[in-house]
Amino acid sequence: MKLWKTILAASVLSLAAATSAFAARTDLTLGIVLEPPHLDPTAGAAAAIGEVTYANVFEGLTRIDDNGQVQPGLAETWAVSDDGKVYTFKLHSGVKFHDGSAFSADDVKFSLDRARVKDSLNPQKQLFAHITDVSAVDPSTVKVTLDGPQGGFLYDMGQVAAVIVAKGSADGNKDKPIGTGPFKLDHWAKGSEITLVKNPDYWGTPAALDKATFRIVPDAAAAVPALLSGDIQAFANMPAQDALGQLQSDPRFSVVIGATEGETILSINNKKPPFDKLAVRQALASAIDRSAIIDAASNGLGKPIGSHFSPGDAGYVDLTGVYPHDIAKAKEYLKEAGLENGFSATIKLPPVPYARDGGQVIQSQLKDIGVNLQIIPVEWAEWLSQVFTNKDYDLTIVSHVEPNDIDIYSRPGYYFQYDNPKFNDVIKELGTTVDKDKRLELLGEAQKILAHDVPAVYLFELPKIGVWDAKLQGMWTNWPIEADDLTKVKWTD
Amino acid sequence: MTAYLLKRIIIAALTLVLASIVVFAVMEILPGDPARLMLGMNASAEQVEVLRDQMGLNAPLVLRYLHWAAGLLSLDFGRSYTYSVPVIDLVRERVVVSLPLALIALALSTIIAIPVGVFSASRQGRAGDTLAMGAAQLGVAVPNFWFALMLIYLFAVWLRLVPAGGFPGWSAGIWTALKSLLLPAVALALPQAAILSRVARSALIEVLNEDYIRTARAKGLPYRAVLWRHALRNAMIPVLTILGLQFAFLLAGTIIIENVFYLPGLGRLIFQAITQRDLIVVESIVMLLVAAVILINLIVDFSYAIVDPRLRGRQ
Repeated sequence: MKLWKTILAASVLSLAAATSAFAARTDLTLGIVLEPPHLDPTAGAAAAIGEVTYANVFEGLTRIDDNGQVQPGLAETWAVSDDGKVYTFKLHSGVKFHDGSAFSADDVKFSLDRARVKDSLNPQKQLFAHITDVSAVDPSTVKVTLDGPQGGFLYDMGQVAAVIVAKGSADGNKDKPIGTGPFKLDHWAKGSEITLVKNPDYWGTPAALDKATFRIVPDAAAAVPALLSGDIQAFANMPAQDALGQLQSDPRFSVVIGATEGETILSINNKKPPFDKLAVRQALASAIDRSAIIDAASNGLGKPIGSHFSPGDAGYVDLTGVYPHDIAKAKEYLKEAGLENGFSATIKLPPVPYARDGGQVIQSQLKDIGVNLQIIPVEWAEWLSQVFTNKDYDLTIVSHVEPNDIDIYSRPGYYFQYDNPKFNDVIKELGTTVDKDKRLELLGEAQKILAHDVPAVYLFELPKIGVWDAKLQGMWTNWPIEADDLTKVKWTD
Repeated sequence: MTAYLLKRIIIAALTLVLASIVVFAVMEILPGDPARLMLGMNASAEQVEVLRDQMGLNAPLVLRYLHWAAGLLSLDFGRSYTYSVPVIDLVRERVVVSLPLALIALALSTIIAIPVGVFSASRQGRAGDTLAMGAAQLGVAVPNFWFALMLIYLFAVWLRLVPAGGFPGWSAGIWTALKSLLLPAVALALPQAAILSRVARSALIEVLNEDYIRTARAKGLPYRAVLWRHALRNAMIPVLTILGLQFAFLLAGTIIIENVFYLPGLGRLIFQAITQRDLIVVESIVMLLVAAVILINLIVDFSYAIVDPRLRGRQ
C-alpha cells in the first residue's frame, strides 16, 4: 500500500514538473514515420526530405502557404512581361546561407540551371522544362525566360524541389544542408532524430522556436504512447488512425483534420482488356460505394472526390454524382460490354493502410457485379517497378500527392496508359493560359472529361491528421505540399 | 581437440561463402529498382538510367557479386545507395545500440531462466513447478511487440520512469542511455527466458534420473551440491545449444523491438534498407549477422568441449 502511494506521488510530481516546464518552452519534438534518406530536396523524391527541410532549412523564390497560395519567398516582388514569357524577380537583400556566404542572383541562376540540365537528377525536373534562360541582371535581380506563357510557373517555383541552393555547398546538401531558412541543421543521428536549431542570422522574421527535433517513429502503435508520455509533442500527420478517438477526448491534445493534395484513386490499366472498354470502367465506377471505402480506408475522414482534383483547390467541381452507387446500372454497363457474367482481374496494393484496407472493400463491392478481384499485396519498390514503370497490372490503389497534377493523364507513357486527344488538348491549352478565369474554366473541363471517361475511379482526398499538444500554435492544418513549416510555430501560455 | 576445432572452422567458412551467394542472389531477384525509388514517380526514364549508371547497377551480375565479395574479404562493405556513406559507418553507428541491447537481453534471459529451470526441475510436479512452467508457457505465447507495448504503457506513459522510445546516444551518459535500452531488453529477454527455462528444466530432469546422481546422493553429497555441480553441468549442452540459437533469434527480434521502441539499431537499418532497396546495405549487414551467428555457434561448439571433456579427446 505504501509503495503504491509512493509511486502515485512520484508520478503526480513528475507530471506537475513536466506541465510547469511547458510554460516557457522554445523546443519542439515532432514525430515522423519515415526517415529521409538524405536532406537535399533537389536530389531525392522522398516526401520526408521536404517535411524536414522545406521553409525551415531551404527556401525558394516563392513559397506555398498552408492554404496552397503562392507567397513571396526569397523573391520580394516579381514582374511578368506582357507576353507571359519573362519573369523578373527582385530578391531580398541581406540574405545569407547557413555557412555565412551571401545569397545573390547568381545562386538562383545556379540552382535553376542545375535542375534543368540534361543529366539533372532533380526529382521534379519537369517543373523547369519550360525555362529557356536564367540570367542574373544584378546581384538582386534575376530574369527567367520561358518558351511560352506558363500559368503555374510561380507556384512551381515554390515547390520543394525548386529551393535555392548555393554553388559552394550544393554537393554536400545531402548530409549537411546549407540553405537560407530560419532553421539550420544541428545534428542528424541517423535512424533516430534530426535536430534543427534557430538560425540567428535569418534575414526575415525569426522563428519562435529555438530548437526543433524530428524524431523517427516508424511503428504506428508506438506513436500514441510517445505522445501520451510527452516524449513527442506533435505529429503533423498521425500514423495511428485507430487511436484518434482516444486522443480527441484528451484535452491535452489538439486533433486537427486537414486536407492534402492526395487524390486517392483506383487506378486502371486503360490499355489492358477488358478495361479498354468505356462500359467496363463505367461499371466499376457504378459498383463502387465511396462512403464505405472512406470509412474503411480513412476512418471516415477523407472527402469524396469524383475526379482528379482536390476539393480545397480553386476551380474544384463536385462530380461525385456522375456515377452514383448503383449495382443494377453497373450490371447493365457490364452487359453492354458483353461481360454479363463478370470477369476476373487482379488488384495490386502498396503497403499503406488506405490501399490495403480500401482494396478489401473494393474487392467485396465488385463481387456484387460478378467481378472477381485477386488481391496482390506489393511493397513500394515492387509497386514502382511493376505497376508504375512496367505497367504490369490491372488495378491498383494509390494516392497521388503531387499538387495540381491533373496533367498526369496526358503524360505519354504514364502508367494509366490513358490517351484521350480531347483531354490532351485541354491540358495543352491550360499550360499556356495565364488568365485566371480561363484557367479555372479549363480545369473544370479537364475534371469533367476524367469524371465521365473514368480512366480511374476517384475515391477520396487523403486527410491530414494533425495531432499536437494543445498549447502548440502555428502548425499547418493542410498539406498543399508535404512540408512541416515551423516558421510560425510557438508555445502559448 | 585441434581436429575437432579445425573441422568446425572449415564448416563455418564454407557456410559463409554459401550464405554470401544466397544473400546476394535473393536481393537481386527481389523486384524493385533503387534508382527509381530514389527519384520518385515524376522522374523520367532517362534520369533513372543516369542514376543507375552512377550507382553501378548496370554492371553484369557476376561481376557485381565478385566485386562485393572481394570487398567483404578486405572488410570494405561498399557505400549505401540511399545515405551515400560507407556501409561500415552506418554499421558502426548502429551496432553500439543493437549489440548492447542483444547482450543485455541475453544476460537477462539467462539470469532468469537458469534459476527458474533449476527450481522447477528440483520441484518436478509440485505446485511451484506448475506455476513456473505455466508462466513460462505464457511467456512463450505472448508476442514480444505486444508485450513491449504493455511495458511502454506501464513504465513510460503511466509511471513515467523511462522514455517511451528513442535512444539519446551514449554521449548523453551511460545511465540515460541504459535507461532507454531497459524496456526493449526486457521485452526481448522474457520470451527467450521462457523458452530457455523450459529447456533447462527438461534437461535437468533427464540428468537427475541418471544413475550417477543416485550414486552421488548415496555417497552422502547434499542435494544442492548434486543439483548445481553434477546435474547442471551435464544439463548444460542442450542449454548452450539453445542459447546459441537464441542469439540469432535476439538479432532477428531486434528488428521488431527496435521498430516499436524506435531505436536506431541494426534491425531498423535492415528493415529500412529493404524497403528502400538499399541492396548493398542489406547484403552487407545480413552477411555481418550471418558471420556473427556462425561465430556464436563456433563459440558454442568450443564451449561444448569445455563442459564435456569427452568431446576434447574425440578425433
